Amino acid sequence: MNKVHEHKNEESIVFSILNSDGVIVNKAAEPKLNDSELRTLMKRMVFTRVWDERAIKLNRQGRLGLWAPVSGQEASMVGSEAALRKEDFILGSYRDIPQMVWHGYPLYQSFLYSKGHQHGGQIPEDVHVLMPQIIIGAQIIQTTGVAMGFKLRKQKNIAIAYIGDGGTSQGDFYEGINFAGVYKVPAIFFVQNNQYAISVPLEKQTAAESIAAKSAAAGIPGIQVDGMDVLAVYQVVKEAAERARNGEGPTLIEALTYRYGPHTMAGDNPSLYRTKEEEDEWKKKDPLIRFRSYLMNKGIWTEADEESARKEAEQAISDGLKKANETPKMTVPDLIDSMFE
Amino acid sequence: MSQMTMIEAITNAMDTELAKDTNVLVFGEDVGLNGGVFRATSGLQQKYGEERVFDTPLGESGIGGLAVGLGLQGFRPIAEIQFFGFVFEVFDSIASQAARMRYRSGGRFTSPITFRSPFGGGVKTPENHADSLEGLMMQTPGLKVVIPSNPYDAKGLLISSIRDNDPVIFLEHMKLYRSFRGEVPEESYTIPLGQASVVRKGNDVTIITYGAMVHTSLQAAEEIEKIRGTQVEVIDLRTIQPLDIDTIMTSIEKTNRAIVVQEAQKTSGIAAEVIAQINEKGIDLLEAPVLRVASPDTIYPFAQIEDEWIPNPARVIEALNTVLDY
Repeated sequence: MNKVHEHKNEESIVFSILNSDGVIVNKAAEPKLNDSELRTLMKRMVFTRVWDERAIKLNRQGRLGLWAPVSGQEASMVGSEAALRKEDFILGSYRDIPQMVWHGYPLYQSFLYSKGHQHGGQIPEDVHVLMPQIIIGAQIIQTTGVAMGFKLRKQKNIAIAYIGDGGTSQGDFYEGINFAGVYKVPAIFFVQNNQYAISVPLEKQTAAESIAAKSAAAGIPGIQVDGMDVLAVYQVVKEAAERARNGEGPTLIEALTYRYGPHTMAGDNPSLYRTKEEEDEWKKKDPLIRFRSYLMNKGIWTEADEESARKEAEQAISDGLKKANETPKMTVPDLIDSMFE
Repeated sequence: MSQMTMIEAITNAMDTELAKDTNVLVFGEDVGLNGGVFRATSGLQQKYGEERVFDTPLGESGIGGLAVGLGLQGFRPIAEIQFFGFVFEVFDSIASQAARMRYRSGGRFTSPITFRSPFGGGVKTPENHADSLEGLMMQTPGLKVVIPSNPYDAKGLLISSIRDNDPVIFLEHMKLYRSFRGEVPEESYTIPLGQASVVRKGNDVTIITYGAMVHTSLQAAEEIEKIRGTQVEVIDLRTIQPLDIDTIMTSIEKTNRAIVVQEAQKTSGIAAEVIAQINEKGIDLLEAPVLRVASPDTIYPFAQIEDEWIPNPARVIEALNTVLDY
């Protein structure tokens, strides 16, 4: 029995460690992270928030292309990636660029990707991520293939798919988790359920009791986690990864979270499909507020740390943007040359 | 050398490559113990084990995604789509994923996948089994499309396809699987993708064709020679993408007359593309318009009328007469 399963709250099926006030409610499940590792989680969440705010502005100014806002989802993104090893392979969607960057994908290349430059997809050789997936759900079945590759090569690495709640309605979701279950591959299917697929709410997406419950159809474990709780997300992924590395097969994880911003910057208006009250309810569960409060109570995070984390992020984003802007424009021969070998 | 049917040559090609390269994997529905519904993979699982030759659950999209994922890991998947009429279930993996992988990643990732699949009419299949859908593949940038017409070519082309570092759609006409045998070397050999083959020499008119229609065209060529002494040159394209326009133009420089024969429906097909390229390269060489012999623009017919639908030697001869008498 692992920690996650042992300490699931009886009344709620949602696994959590920190409540929205930043108080530990599940002491036994608390991950063994040292102060520096805990601070890194916080720094990365601050970075991601600053990056999102900046990317939204840059997009409005026409200085950046595609950007799918991530504020609200920082704990799901940062916590899940932090539980991986560098050799593990990430296959995400266009909203999952933060995890890719925390996994080693250079920030300036993410900007180039956004601006429609081929170099954005030239992932460095030692970085184990695939370019962001546009076709909803396609990465789920590919993840099963990548994971099977690890298994065939007898490598103790795992592959992780990131998808949203809408992605679980695709046929590829079922085929991907079903194939993964049959072959018992080392994979994690991490669903960030941010409650809306663009405008369509979860209740119009599925009649299933939960997204995690869909794992039953593939005969694999499924678990719901509080996606606003970085420690819970970290712990759930850590255990799923261990299971996968030990040959115990794939896991479906549903992280309950919320996207504060619009779907993308291409004209989506959330006020058409959700209320201010609902948004405010979710903001009370904010992942940064609760984790900051937890760290401050522990005495390992200060206002000054917060300020320097913000500054660091702003500087890195400016540097990344500068490098992206200095990269020569891609050319038509680049296109022709990369059609075939 | 031994005498093999086309399906035996296909099995032999996979056997050769499985033995040569441990990165080669074979998977699909019923390809394992059962050896495939046409026995194309017969004996391969027994020989190479369940890790390298294996059944998948029944899900074509899953098969395609698995192939793409394994391709990212450096494997060379040979993914069988049980019938090409089912390709729409896996079209995303083929067209949006595998075909674009090299481009999207600027060469960092590739999809060295061979999608093998039976297709073609005249064998009384149920619906959605016999359609000639190669035109959709040809219109998808990033794919190579191979259609062999005989056992020797099937082996050499399949080995080239498996070794190719980009995705290849390898289409096997069901009517050719066991209809005749041909000489096939036991050892490994390749036929380069993108090279057509002149399967019959002639000076009067050129037939450009591929797949099962190569045989229909050869039959028509024999018959018209008896009727009016015409010397027909027949070109078997072998790969429709890349298209070997040079071999076509070399022949037309000699014959100045041509027709294109395809089993697929007439509109927007391979024949239309071949004719467009001929016009671009050498309309002044032509003594007559290049005609198409193709199936009607309808849904693929039910089995009882398929023989009337698929082009036959009489229809080919009619087109030849038209261009000869123009």
